Amino acid sequence: MPVHHLSDELLLDHAAGSLPEPVALLVATHLALCPACREHEAGLEAVGGALLDEIDPEPIEGGGLDALFARIEAAPAEDTREAEVAAVKPAASDIVPTLPRPLRDYVGGETDALAWRKRGKLSEARLLPEASGGTVKLLRIPAGAMMPVHTHRGTELTLVLEGGFSDEQGHYLRGDVAIADEDVTHKPRADDDGDCLCLTVTQAPVRLAGPLARFLNPFLRD
Amino acid sequence: MGEQAIEPDKLMRSEPPAEHFATLMDAVAASRDRSAFAQIYDHFAPRLKGYLRRRGSDAGQAEELVQEVMLTVWRKAGLYDRRQANVSTWIFTIARNRRIDAIRRERRPDFDPNDPAFVPDGEPSPDDALAASQDGAMLRRAIDDIPDEQRKLLHLAFYEDKSHNTIADELGLPLGTVKSRIRLALAKVRRSIEEEV
Repeated sequence: MPVHHLSDELLLDHAAGSLPEPVALLVATHLALCPACREHEAGLEAVGGALLDEIDPEPIEGGGLDALFARIEAAPAEDTREAEVAAVKPAASDIVPTLPRPLRDYVGGETDALAWRKRGKLSEARLLPEASGGTVKLLRIPAGAMMPVHTHRGTELTLVLEGGFSDEQGHYLRGDVAIADEDVTHKPRADDDGDCLCLTVTQAPVRLAGPLARFLNPFLRD
Repeated sequence: MGEQAIEPDKLMRSEPPAEHFATLMDAVAASRDRSAFAQIYDHFAPRLKGYLRRRGSDAGQAEELVQEVMLTVWRKAGLYDRRQANVSTWIFTIARNRRIDAIRRERRPDFDPNDPAFVPDGEPSPDDALAASQDGAMLRRAIDDIPDEQRKLLHLAFYEDKSHNTIADELGLPLGTVKSRIRLALAKVRRSIEEEV
């Protein structure tokens, strides 16, 4: 189980549906590996649900309920099918993929499906090149190597997928998230017992989707 | 927050609102009960419209999304599990996801509990007071009890879509203060639920 978790602010923005896709990808991949953060997020969603009850209602002006029942009658066959599909669970597999979903879907398979580029000792592969709101990369760091010095324009999130690394703040293994703010200079070094594979997201200093994320980002403040 | 507008149904009179909606959901799932669904619709559809309007949808788009969310509530009623979440929370997450799919035109990355790489909940599962609180009314009371400024931050996070400048102007707070107030707000809500349970 991971020991280094997502922050309250990130989970809150994720629960509110306010994170840009690159950050949401890292958060959802951590959630696949971290029961504690899933539980934590479920709590934040409950806060969202409670606040929904308090919101000022706006009257429905269109066809409302009658129009909805008309739609249901027009396509009644879909009712049960979705529930049945959801109830079918695939057989458990002994092989644990290195990349959990949703990351595996974005990569389109395992890591050899990607175009890797050498940068010094490291290899990197860019994901979601078109997305706004953050730069997403998979990084492979050879055993014992230092990770690149970060420019830290905006927050950088690193999720370990294989192997591990250490910095001043601790030791990170599969599922752990390191969060580096602008004011943190850390010098991560990959463990000696094997290559380290990480997903990193550098949040772009501008154009973060969430009002809270925007507000919390000091680069945007006057 | 006024009285909940709930029909004084003879069977459900004494139930708290969250339990009441869960019972209605069970009726929709078990017997496609239209009058039960109508009560759910009357309560939630106008609130969902309010939510979507605050997050930037125009009136027409908001109404279309409300219909899609409520259609999902009807169709997936069988997947609702009252032990997992109260009805408000379940409907909120459906609306949040629909909004991302429809408005942002992005993929919405989500984990898959059937993925062999998925790490399932341990036994016993970690206990978060907020997640464990099935009683929406209790949670609302806890939220009502926190200081106005902290509650406002939670509202901004979930239900507003304003530029950071507007929010900064409105609150006039430095960054560190905002972060620590969010943490304080959540900690206080958790504590107050733990005391009540």
